[in-house]
Amino acid sequence: MSSYTAATEQDIVEMLAKIGCDSIEDLFAAIPEGVRFDSRLDLPEGKPEQEVYAELKELSARNTSADDEVTFLGAGMYDHYVPSLIDALTSRAEFLTPYTPYQPEVSQGGLQVMFEYQTAISELTGLPVSNASLYEGPSAVGSAAYLAKLVNGRSRHLVSRGVHPHSRATLETLAVGNGTTVEEIPLKDGVTDIEALQAMLGDDVGAVILQQPNFLGSVEDIEQLTAAAKEHGALVIASCDPIPLGILQPPGEQGVDVVVGEGQTLGNRLDYGGPSFGFFAAAQEHIRKMPGRIAGETTDADGRRGWVLTLQTREQHIRREKATSNICTAQALNALAGVVYLAWLGRRGLVELGELLVRRTDFARSQLLALDGVTALHEQPVVREFAIQLDVPVAAVIERCQAEGVNPGFELGREYPEYPNGLLIALTERRGRADIDLLVEVLSSAITAERASRTAVAA
Amino acid sequence: MSQTPQQLDHAVTIFEKSKSGRRAFTPPAAEVPDRPITELIPERMLRVSPAKLPEVSEPEIVRHYTRISKRNFDLDSGFYPLGSCTMKHNPRLHERVAALPGNSRLHPLQDERRAQGALELMWNLQHALGEVAGLPHVSLQPSAGSHGELAGVLLTRAYHEDRGDRRTKVLTPDTAHGTNPATVTMCGYEVVKVGTNPDGGVDLDDLREKADDQVACLMLTNPNTLGLFDTNIEEIAEIVHGVGATLYYDGANLNAVMGISRPGDMGFDIVHFNLHKSFTQPHGGGGPGAGPIAVSERIEPYLPRPQVVRLEGNGGEQPTFTLDDDRPKSIGRLRGFQGNYGVFVRSYAYIRSLGAEGLREASELAVLNANYLLARLSEKGVVEYLPVAYDRVCMHEFVLSGAPMKRDLGIRTLDLAKRLLDHGYHPPTVYFPLLVDEALLIEPTETETKETLDAFADAIAEILVEAANDPSVAQAAPYSTPVRRLDEAGAAKQPVVRQPL
Repeated sequence: MSSYTAATEQDIVEMLAKIGCDSIEDLFAAIPEGVRFDSRLDLPEGKPEQEVYAELKELSARNTSADDEVTFLGAGMYDHYVPSLIDALTSRAEFLTPYTPYQPEVSQGGLQVMFEYQTAISELTGLPVSNASLYEGPSAVGSAAYLAKLVNGRSRHLVSRGVHPHSRATLETLAVGNGTTVEEIPLKDGVTDIEALQAMLGDDVGAVILQQPNFLGSVEDIEQLTAAAKEHGALVIASCDPIPLGILQPPGEQGVDVVVGEGQTLGNRLDYGGPSFGFFAAAQEHIRKMPGRIAGETTDADGRRGWVLTLQTREQHIRREKATSNICTAQALNALAGVVYLAWLGRRGLVELGELLVRRTDFARSQLLALDGVTALHEQPVVREFAIQLDVPVAAVIERCQAEGVNPGFELGREYPEYPNGLLIALTERRGRADIDLLVEVLSSAITAERASRTAVAA
Repeated sequence: MSQTPQQLDHAVTIFEKSKSGRRAFTPPAAEVPDRPITELIPERMLRVSPAKLPEVSEPEIVRHYTRISKRNFDLDSGFYPLGSCTMKHNPRLHERVAALPGNSRLHPLQDERRAQGALELMWNLQHALGEVAGLPHVSLQPSAGSHGELAGVLLTRAYHEDRGDRRTKVLTPDTAHGTNPATVTMCGYEVVKVGTNPDGGVDLDDLREKADDQVACLMLTNPNTLGLFDTNIEEIAEIVHGVGATLYYDGANLNAVMGISRPGDMGFDIVHFNLHKSFTQPHGGGGPGAGPIAVSERIEPYLPRPQVVRLEGNGGEQPTFTLDDDRPKSIGRLRGFQGNYGVFVRSYAYIRSLGAEGLREASELAVLNANYLLARLSEKGVVEYLPVAYDRVCMHEFVLSGAPMKRDLGIRTLDLAKRLLDHGYHPPTVYFPLLVDEALLIEPTETETKETLDAFADAIAEILVEAANDPSVAQAAPYSTPVRRLDEAGAAKQPVVRQPL
């Protein structure tokens, strides 16, 4: 077995003598007989490092990663290129191994990163205050709904069906605890149905929750939807993909009160779904009700500039049952990757990346829609993801494409029974022209082959 | 007083280093028709001006963050006896295996048949954690201890409501972590505090009085936040179960009892783990972590979805693994996808490295180190000023009270903590638990050497001697850190939470 301990037999003898105890076992005398575990845990024997490495490598090799196929799978997490400087900086012990910055005098690095991160998120969202990050995207949506309940106490929350299914499910889970009900605003032509929203709105609606772009890839008319919600005094929450925010009008300028989202696309790996971070930004008036850590600027005893965790009276370790949330950490390391990524892209790079995605996505969409057996699921403007419909079963087509080394996207029917033939296709800057051409070719062949096999079976 | 180079280095943000025209990123060629964006997205939906991100070169970014990283204290550089946080060594093997492309570039929605390695790893980790907890069913989904608590109380609620039993209260001891009561509120319950007996355990009389049929759950940490194992645990379980409530185990202090005593055997129904404490996920300056939960048979139907399950192969075939979403009584989802898989890889590597013996040894030596350090700090010259709050054999951590130090030497626990920074140590947790006056909660962990513990004890003794001569030294400490004491009240009064641009 491996061990990371250091006590030698001699150490143990000396230490026990100092304690005044005969054996290590004696230290556990307080544990009653009845609850002592006297056998051995049923776990495989420990191994040396190189064997553990070999075992985990073998397990990982059984996964088909984005290294192994040309993937157009998105639906909430995206295969962006993570620049090498992020690996280098996030693996620095000074960022990797400290705890939460409880002692600000020796945590200025982490606190300054939080402050810079908050600034970047504020810029992206168009809202003045950001926290230092939350667990991840869908639970951040849940946290935003909780804030709405704290702010206005109203019990009906309306969520667009265009919001990520995992976010909607998380809202449902948390609603049980905070005494709200969650109702779904239907989609029409690929976007949130504003007339349906207007019909559902009333003075008992506490929050309207939207996603930009929505799950089908459509750019929503956030301004119009927000205006409708505001007529009834509802708080508007938008869950956003941060990369498109580089080119889309910031939700904060469209009247949105709280902007949250999944931060994975900002310099974080796919990691089979986590860890990543969730961002959370809000209008100034909500700062004292926000969840999570917030870094604030201040000065030290000699007048030097510095940062501390601030507004801690919102937090659980001080307010306990009256806290605005039970969350007591950020995703500091993931948020560091986020702010380094944004600095690396820079002011112009973020726009260039967004425009590149729009053009490539438009190209891929038009190429695919030209194929026999493919139709548009909607015709809304999109940034990096779009939905099509096939005239043959999607699961079978995906299977055929994957056998050819191409993952064509997400089978919408898995989450949206109303789109049984829907396929959701995502792009990143890693999918160039050759990859798009390959997708068109492989998908076309797969559709043809699937049709042929169905005809054969029918015959 | 002379200043260190770091103190002379005025902090500047990456935004302030921005200069128009500088850049790091080179975009790949579009390779597709160069259509105007306004043809593709209506102009009124587009940004008028770009987000004011910094304009900096790549070398500047690397230097900036490297430089500010050095303004952090970190576990690799020094002793970090932060109570209740289990700052044990983070093996670098874990970073290497988490970074394997089959893990790091695996999309969370990949077809399960093409993610068998990941699902098997998760299933194996579930099994291992269930074994450590002594409870058969595990969900890895919660993303932190607080998230695990949320899951646990929601599970409790679902369990009661499924039986048509609507309860209103959750009991938490007055020694509890603040997350416990905060979680209770988020789940729509009322918090009722239970007192502590003179031995540092749950006050049984108070518990009996407060435990009634309106109580949904008792949330407990054992060993508790005083570092003491509650010897009445069996009776506590009996009282709680007697009124039909569940018993919740906050796993923050699991590092004391791995392979030695199991929460399930103590009578707990729901346990959360902090993979970033006992199971070595690096804390990352405050995240990421993971807070899986293990539960008893009666709670299982309500576990979050999806759940990783193993399907036995037919006729000698290998088993396969799948994500089961069809759980009609489930509390639902707590987050997106399957949880913090990268954390699971690290913790699984740790468990595979140590095995059953290694985990037990880790807990044994964690408790040995804590008791040894306590013994060193109980020597003459320290014990008069910093007596242990409860004079018993401790588990993996212990609490000292700085009240006599404050009274006799004129320095507070905060001053001692700040002076420790000048000695190159991260201070212990201060002012927690709340019921100990001027508390100092010390957790050395098993990965520290005896020499380190000796030196730390010496440093505390030295600070006390210094304070006896001149308390003002500690009162104005630290002196050697990148910045000195910061104005926290001022920061909260007029919050500046972003760079004005």
